[in-house]
Formats: sequence, C-alpha cells, structure tokens
Amino acid sequence: MREQLLDSMELERERGITIKAQTVRLEYKARDGEAYILNLIDTPGHVDFSYEVSRSLAACEGALLLTDASQGVQAQTLANAYLAIDAGLEVIPVVNKIDLPAADPDRAAEEIINIIGGRAEDVLRLSAKTGEGVDELLELLVQSVPPPRGDPDAPLRALIFDSYYDAYRGVVCYIKVVDGSISSDQKVHFMATGENHEATEIGVLTPRANERTKLGVGEVGYLITGVKEIDRVKVGDTVTDASRRASTPLPGYAEPSPMVFSGIFPTEGDDFEKLREALEKLRLNDASLVYEPETSKALGFGFRCGFLGLLHMEIVRERLEREYDLDLVATAPSVAYRVTRTDGELVEVRSPQDLPDPGEQEKIEEPYVKAMILSPSEYVGPIMELVTSRRGEVGNMNYLSPERVELDYEIPLGEVVFDFFDLLKSKTRGYASLDYEPAGYRQSDLVKVDILLNGLPVDAFSAVVHRDHAQEYGKTMTTRLRELIPRQLFDVPIQAAIGGRIISRETVKAKRKDVTAKCYGGDISRKKKLLQRQKEGKKRMKMVGSVEVPQEAFVAALRVDEE
Amino acid sequence: MAAVDADSCAGLAGCYVHLPFCSAVCPYCDFAVVAGKDDLVERYCAAVRTEIAADEPWRALDAVYFGGGTPSRIAPAELGSILESLRSQHGLVDASEVTLEANPEDWSVEKARGLRRQGFNRVSFGAQSFDPSVLTALGRRHDPDQIRRAVDAARRGGFDNVSVDLIYGTPGESDDSWSNSVKSAVAAGPDHVSCYALTVESGTELGRQVRAGAPAPDPDVQADRFSVANELLTEAGLERYEVSNWAQPGKRCVYNSLVWAQGEYLAYGNGAHRFREGVRSRNLRHLEKYLEKVESGSAPLAGAERLKGWDLEVDRLFVGLRRSEGVSTGPGVDAFLASEEGSRLVNADVVSIKSGRLKVEDPMLTDEALRVVLGLEGGNQGENADTLRPTNA
Repeated sequence: MREQLLDSMELERERGITIKAQTVRLEYKARDGEAYILNLIDTPGHVDFSYEVSRSLAACEGALLLTDASQGVQAQTLANAYLAIDAGLEVIPVVNKIDLPAADPDRAAEEIINIIGGRAEDVLRLSAKTGEGVDELLELLVQSVPPPRGDPDAPLRALIFDSYYDAYRGVVCYIKVVDGSISSDQKVHFMATGENHEATEIGVLTPRANERTKLGVGEVGYLITGVKEIDRVKVGDTVTDASRRASTPLPGYAEPSPMVFSGIFPTEGDDFEKLREALEKLRLNDASLVYEPETSKALGFGFRCGFLGLLHMEIVRERLEREYDLDLVATAPSVAYRVTRTDGELVEVRSPQDLPDPGEQEKIEEPYVKAMILSPSEYVGPIMELVTSRRGEVGNMNYLSPERVELDYEIPLGEVVFDFFDLLKSKTRGYASLDYEPAGYRQSDLVKVDILLNGLPVDAFSAVVHRDHAQEYGKTMTTRLRELIPRQLFDVPIQAAIGGRIISRETVKAKRKDVTAKCYGGDISRKKKLLQRQKEGKKRMKMVGSVEVPQEAFVAALRVDEE
Repeated sequence: MAAVDADSCAGLAGCYVHLPFCSAVCPYCDFAVVAGKDDLVERYCAAVRTEIAADEPWRALDAVYFGGGTPSRIAPAELGSILESLRSQHGLVDASEVTLEANPEDWSVEKARGLRRQGFNRVSFGAQSFDPSVLTALGRRHDPDQIRRAVDAARRGGFDNVSVDLIYGTPGESDDSWSNSVKSAVAAGPDHVSCYALTVESGTELGRQVRAGAPAPDPDVQADRFSVANELLTEAGLERYEVSNWAQPGKRCVYNSLVWAQGEYLAYGNGAHRFREGVRSRNLRHLEKYLEKVESGSAPLAGAERLKGWDLEVDRLFVGLRRSEGVSTGPGVDAFLASEEGSRLVNADVVSIKSGRLKVEDPMLTDEALRVVLGLEGGNQGENADTLRPTNA
C-alpha cells in the first residue's frame, strides 16, 4: 500500500499536511464477534482549514484526537479538541507515532489529559506506521463511539459535508445519511438551493470510489448528480427525497469567510487570462477561495484574492505556479478593514489602495482574533514581548504541564498575517504553535504607508499599519528595497510616505560600471554566453515606471528576516 | 605598419598562437595556462608547428599574436620556428604586425634583439602595476624597476612598438597608487597601454579567496580608476580606441583591431579560438589532450559556434561596440534603435548614434548595450541567411 494514502495532492504529500478532508469506509470484525462498519474522515489540522474540520465533525459521532508523541499537544490540537467537544462528540485521545526515536508518549498523554480530562494511563498509544496499538484502538472505537441514531423510516435527510469537482463526472458530493436512505436513480431535492436532481451514482469510499445502489442510516459515501457547476452545490445543504421531502433540514454551517487578502499578478502581462482560468479551476475544488479582478499601477492586471489564512494563501499560490505553470507576484497580505466615511457610509476595504483618504474617514476598524499559543514555558518572556509589540493583549496563561504553557490573547489579525507567525517561530526555535479565531472588529488609529520608487507609488508595497508602527514599517521597507533593487542607469530614490509626508528615504545609487575587462579573440563566445545568462536574469524583472525591480524583491521585501 | 581605424582592418588576416607556459599561475588568471610543465615546451612547440602544417593554406597574414601564458619564457629560436611555420604555410605580408606577450622579468636587450631577428616587431608587457604591494597582491614576480628596464631594453633591442598592460581596482590599491602607476607607465614611453579592471573569475585562486570572504574589487572604485587612467593617458597623447586600450596615433594593435572588426583569424595551440567563414571555433583547452590529439594526426577542436544571417550581424555589433568608434549602421543598428531597451540607452546617453555610427558613450556601461544587442531580433531571421553579410566584410 502507498504511504500517506489519504493525502493524495502533491503538495499534501510533500509538506506532510492534509488540506482536503478525505473519507474512508472500513469494515471491522470486533472481538465481540460482530462486524462493524466504520466511516472515517481524515481532516486537516491547521487553523486555516478549521471550517473543514467543523463540517466533518458535524457528520460524525466520535472523534479521534491524535497527538504526535514527539511533539506533544499543539495549538491546533487544542482548537480541534474544543470543536469536537462543542459538537457533542465522543472524543478518544490517542498518542500516535510512538515509534519515533524522540517520542515521549507519557508526556504527550499528560498534556492531552490536561485539556480534556481523564486519566493519562487510559490514553491509547500507538504507531500507525508499525500498526502497534491499532487493534486496541479499533476495539475502543466500537465500544465507546455510539452508533448513528437516525430513523430509517423517516424521509431521507443526508448532509453534504464536502464536495469536489471531477473533470469527467462533475460535482461529487460527500454525504452522510442521517435519516432514511438514498438509492441510485432516486430523484433528490437539495433543500437550501431548492434544486432537484437525479442521483446518477452513489457509493462509498474505501477510499477508492465503490459504487452502491443504496446508502442507509449512518452511512457515509458520495453522491453524483451530473451537476457541473460547483456553485450549484452548497456544502452544508441537506439532500432529501424529491417526492417525499423532509420537513426541516439538518443544521448546516456558515460559509467560511476569507480573512486574508492579497493581490496576485502574473509576471508576464500576457498570462492574465491564464491566471483567470487557473483560479476558476482551483475554485472548483476550493469554494473558500474568492477573487475579483484588480489593477495595479506597478503590477498590471491581476486579482485580489481572499484566503482563509496564511497557509491557505501560500498553498493557493504554490498550486497556481506549479499546477498551472504560472509565474506570479503577490502583494503583502492584508485584512479587511471597516471604514466609516464622513458621510456615514460603511465600506469594507480589502486592499490598502482602496483606503479612503484620511480626510474622508470618520473611523476605521480592524479585525481582531482570539489567539492561542502553545509553547515550551521557557519562551514565555519572548512571546509576551512579541505579542505586546504587535499590539496584542495577553489574557489567560495556562500550564498544560510544568514545561508547556498555553497563552491566550487578543491581537489585530493584521499583525498576525504580516510576519507574526515567522517571528513567533524564530523566537521559540520553532517550538511554539499558534491557532486563532475571529473576535470581532475594533476601532484603531491606522494609516496607510505608501512606498514610492523614483517618485511613483508602488501599490504592491502599500500597507495599512498602526500609526505608532508607520515609521518602523517605512524604514524597514525602504532599507530592504535599497538592498533588493539593483543599481540602474540613474539614482533611484526609495521613499516611504503617509499621504504627502515622506517618513523615510533611501537611494539606490546609479550603476557606474557594467563591462567586462577583456573581450579578445578568445573571449567572444564565452562573453556572449555570460551576457546571455545575465540577460535571462533580467527577464525576471518587472518594470515599475522606469525602474527595473526583480520579482524576488516583491516577495523578499515582505519577508521576515530570521533573527 | 599602416595606421588602422575601426573598420579598415576587417579584411585583414589575423593569427593567434597560444603558449600556455608560466613560471607560476597568477591568482586572478583564468586563461589556459600551466606552471611547472616546462619539460613539455619543446614537444608543445613541435605540436603547434604540426597543427599549422596540417592546416589548409590560407593567405598572407597581416597580424600575428603570440599570447599566453608567458611566451617570453620560450627561447626566441623556438618562437621563431613557429613563426617560420606560419610563413611557409600561409605567408606573412611585408608590413605584418607580429606581437608577443612578455613578462618584464624575462626580458633583456639580448632577448629583444633575438626576437627582432626572428621577426617579432611588437611586444606587450604584463606590467600590471608600479606599486610593489599591488604587484605582490597580484602574485607578480617583478618589481617596478624591472618594468622600466624592460621597456628600455625593448627599445634598445629594436622594438618600435611597445605596449604595457596595467590592472586597476586591486583590493588595497589606493587612488595615489593607481595614478602613480599610470604616470609611471606613461613615463616609460610606451606606444600602447592596456588598462584592465581586475575581474574575479570563479575558477581562480582569487575567486576562491573572495568566496572565502576576502575583499572583492569595488566596481565604483574601478569606474573612478578608469576615469583617472583615461585622463592621464589622453594627456600623454594616447587615444582610447577600445574599452581597455589606448594607443599613440598609428600604434593601435592591428591583430585586436581586426578581431573587433569581425575580421577573420586563425588560431593554434591549446584553448586557442579562431574565426573563419562565419564559424567561431576553439581548440581543446587541456594541454596534454591537445598534444595527444595533434600528435595522433587529428584536429584538436573542442567546439564551434556557427554564425549565419542575423546572428552574424548581432556578432558584428557585439564585438564592435567595445570600440570607441562603435559600429557602422546596418540592420543590427536599426533594430537596436527600434528596440525599447536600445532607445532607453540612447535616452540615458549611454549610447549615441552620430555620423552614421552607433557608439557607446560611457565605456564603463558597455555591457548594458551588449545585452541589448544579444536580444535583438531581425526581420529576416532564418531567411536570406546566406546573403546577409557583415556590412564591412
């Protein structure tokens, strides 16, 4: 069998993460002699994809809370444990990867118990890789997770907990039958969208699609109706019988809303259409990705994209580049600000360049998040310092064990998406983990800082920052850009400005020497090759006004230096 | 030898002979050189003669250049026998320019006389600097006085065409050190001076040192040094005719001038490059492999670049734009001026188009123009490939 069976996407396998939930049906003969059907859903763990977790949990009766024996409880373990408890599920704590040399199962078990209660010695320890402990787990599962409690005679109610787009078969829905049953060729009704369709194919996932004629109460599987447009199927919708409709739908879920925004532009202007097509295709399998066309003076035509978080943003960008062979430039991530204009109108601003002039603002509000950091306790000092420097307010501090501490605090999302996570990792040698959830909007003293190259504002570098941090942002950006922008045929001033006021200035001095010392009879072919190579390097330059800016500068200028 | 201007020498016949032997390899040098292999000199010179004799007879040579390596370390009679092979295979015109490169420490009046008798009439000294500390930094084994004595000995031995090479921008070199070197070179009274910006090449000892953290030459400092050199040499009556070369009137190097005019030249020896009938080709660089190949009766070729049609026109601009006279108009120049990048350089006064020639106005930025040249596309690319010829050929 292939390793990482359920993480089929190239990126998932490479990074060792789960982006898209997967489901698998397992038949298990227990020690009591009974055969059980187990429907398992493998969910992502990262905060960006917690809506996937919530959706999956809504389709389940129990949850296995897996903790890595070498890493212990992470912030996401906590966040997901709370999601499962809130959903009223039976939570079975498990310490996995006990085969690793650095495994410390007792410590990991202790930490889990500190969150969900119980006794550390009751926590199962296993290795999915070697199979050790897996039988015990399956036994425990059939003993403690209650069977589905649906009414087989009631009208059909099946929850769509996920969907994906298949180029040949159209939209494939993942469903869990709660009441009644569904048969192939049955006429079904989607309660939220109000559409009627025919169930052209149903089946279970093992995890390969395995066609069936009928799915009954508690069964998890897939449903294909021939619908080609992903937007016509709403995840969270209830499928019922078209001729015998259920009276009330199952509780659905809120659609995930984008938290982080970034402009994505093709390096080559000609690739705009290719980028549009790529985004359309990606969206077929990722309804949480939103985008709208955006024009940048510096970068040309592109799209303003909304993401669930930084990881989501990174993944989308990487997939666009890899799977669609695009060369992209992305602007600094930003959040959605709420601006009340002097005329009373409330506007949502997703891009710094759309921010109304200070004179037109009555007030500006920014999104806050409730964040949770889990870290070895020795780093509490540096973490508090970081949180405070990013305008965070520390709340509770909770020791999971003498060595590990949970810190809760509220912090502007804009601070988190900029460089917070990288700084947190570097200040804690990579040991801290972070999770957060939205915590409303608050009024703040925010200003837009523009960066001007040779007098022209480069919208890609504009940022909305707190007034107290504006000077620092301006200085950092101008200094970095001075290093990143190669010398040109003329002096290039780099300025940071708030409105018309310059707050920082650097200059890239004009290039004075660009010539090889010798080019004699024996050097010609070699010099041609050398200059040809230099020329190809220049192709990765973007013209901003009359200034050549290497593409890497757009990325590197916004990156955090390792300390 | 008659004076040459930029293009009049395009029809001349050139020839390069490579002699790779040195007493030690200088830390900045990335040419095909060897040290400690003097036992191979005789065998090597015989191989070069074999290579010449095996070549198709061409036409009488206008300019011959013995480069290296350090040709002056080889006995005049041995060098003379190679020259004799060239004469019998291709012929030499009466007023031919015959240059050899020399190190000051190898030189004497006797050597000069001996070489003159063999037919050499131009010598180019690897002086590099008149500052002892810079000479040490460059790994050179002569002192400033030896340079003066060598130039003087060349004159007394009968050379009326003497060139001196200098290197600028060596880390540790000061403004004064450099202007003093240029002044000292001028005072020695050469007919020709070459000034090269020290370049860090990856495969060299200097390259390794810089990678390990040693200071690299500063390009801004080098641009200043160039200006100082140009001022002092111009004052002394030497005129700059290429990025790194200055000459008294009538004393430009004919061999190099024909190379930059896209003229044709033969080449013999390991790592030597030639240009014939639109093909730039090169010999095996490795000394022993070169010897084995020639001795087994085969041509010691390592590779070739065939230029046709548009590529030939691009090549004409590529080699010609380093000259202060620039290049004459033609389809390549038209394309250059029509290109966005080309017109940017014109607007920035880096290049100019005047009296029918495209010229680089700021020689320190020549490669800016050359990269544009390499990207030019011709309207008749591919077609008419065989009818398009360099305008001066």
